[in-house]
Amino acid sequence: MTVFTTLSHAIANGVKDGDTVAMEGFTHLIPFAAGHEIIRQQRRRLTLVRMTPDLIYDQLVGAGCVSKLIFSWGGNPGVGSLHRVRDAIENAYPAPLEIEEHSHAAMANAYEAGASGLPMAVFRGYVGSDLQHVNPNIKSVTCPFTGEVLAAVPAIKPDVGIIHAQKADRAGNVLIEGILGVQKEVVLSTAYSIVTVEEIVDDLQAGPNSCVLPAWTINAIATVPLGAKPSYAQGYYPRDNSYYKKWDGISREREPFQKWLDEEVFGAGE
Amino acid sequence: MTAQYTSDEMMTITASRALNNNSTCFVGIGLPSAAANLARLTHAPGITLIYESGTIETKPQILPLSIGDGELCESALTTVAVPEMFRYWLQGGHIDVGFLGTAQVDRYGNINTTVIAASHNPEGPDGAHCYANPRVRLPGGGGAPEISTNAKEVIITVRHSKRTFVKNVDFITTLGYGRDGQARRGKTTIGKGPTLVISDLCILKPETETNELMVVSLHPGVTKDQVIEATGWDIRFADALATTDLPTQNEIDVLRELKRVTEAAHSQLENAQ
Repeated sequence: MTVFTTLSHAIANGVKDGDTVAMEGFTHLIPFAAGHEIIRQQRRRLTLVRMTPDLIYDQLVGAGCVSKLIFSWGGNPGVGSLHRVRDAIENAYPAPLEIEEHSHAAMANAYEAGASGLPMAVFRGYVGSDLQHVNPNIKSVTCPFTGEVLAAVPAIKPDVGIIHAQKADRAGNVLIEGILGVQKEVVLSTAYSIVTVEEIVDDLQAGPNSCVLPAWTINAIATVPLGAKPSYAQGYYPRDNSYYKKWDGISREREPFQKWLDEEVFGAGE
Repeated sequence: MTAQYTSDEMMTITASRALNNNSTCFVGIGLPSAAANLARLTHAPGITLIYESGTIETKPQILPLSIGDGELCESALTTVAVPEMFRYWLQGGHIDVGFLGTAQVDRYGNINTTVIAASHNPEGPDGAHCYANPRVRLPGGGGAPEISTNAKEVIITVRHSKRTFVKNVDFITTLGYGRDGQARRGKTTIGKGPTLVISDLCILKPETETNELMVVSLHPGVTKDQVIEATGWDIRFADALATTDLPTQNEIDVLRELKRVTEAAHSQLENAQ
């Protein structure tokens, strides 16, 4: 049952040390504000799942919240590396970071399997890829009908799923528009779902085939305008490409990153 | 009079010509995206461009910085969720051409976007060894491993140098023809693999049977020695070695205009923020 709440309450109630947390949004609608709240509440030993870790997980890793990362493309899109993630992998700073690496198809299928209540995903993938030699969670199954050998990966079933969306109505139904990523799958596969929205409206004005998540699939909703910045919210604000470029400088060394954390995260908040 | 152009423009224009008007093309970000949109704006107005963010039949006026820019969604015929994109549209067999860039490509068209190794296993190519001994950590596979096997064929575009064109990739993120060139043999449920590699120096194709990449066409003004010098294996040249057609003035103009409006749009956004 949906509870309208504040972001800090939603994170305090929903995210515990050691949880597996998926914060999704495929370039679009990335829940940055929620990530910053997790940093402020100093959660530790999280396993973070996300297809494209992006700046949001660079920030959480750099802040020491994370012990394992499950991902399929780990860069700063169009810019370069995730420096805090690299520092954690290469130098165990500020904490050791275990990684489990997949392809996009594998993770998309694994989220769908999670939402479908299945223990694993089956797909035609990883053919000839060395990823299967470095990730023990990539296995194969033989089709009982055709004999074709297919890839299998475990379903993703996070303890907590967090997404950002454009709007919710007063009953707590949520509308997502534009690039949808795996947000619906995250909410349906997770034990506890948190949605931040740009605004609450009287009427979602959703068409019959729109991507609407019914209120009863969501545990907590918090109104957080600009909650996806510096990524974007279709119909609300564009992607702040300059911030993505600037992040390269902020994150490259530990000191400017710590200064950024102190000023932009710990110095902000509700 | 011969048009003036850069080697990067030559590469993008040549890559754009590899796409035809009736293709459905799954587009990687960066060089492939520029070439695919150039094709759409010149000889292939009917081409269907698809990005892994779920955007189908997208017609961006400016080139995206990321794979999920709003421009791709706003100019698309429709946008589907990412699991549907990979399951129905790619795995389902609706993609003619996967168009990929890479950090490393080897003589059998294998792609590495995972790791550049600090040390190699002396006994031979060993992706797991390289993975455990990274010198440079790259972003990883993203959509490429399944694009390469589920699209009917693959085109690769990448700048030519000894660092990118290596004998054996450190890690096979994405299958070309495998370590021996024969990894696709007898596999009827996957695509043909890389059929064309376009660099800023030349066009390469896999040789029949061996699947080893050979130079089939040199870009105008490029010598065999330049290619030999920039390739990490004993590169061979086709007997009927061609010279790539020069870019037309129209191709150069359209490409430059696309880059101009892209830069203007990105800096306008940045100034507004």
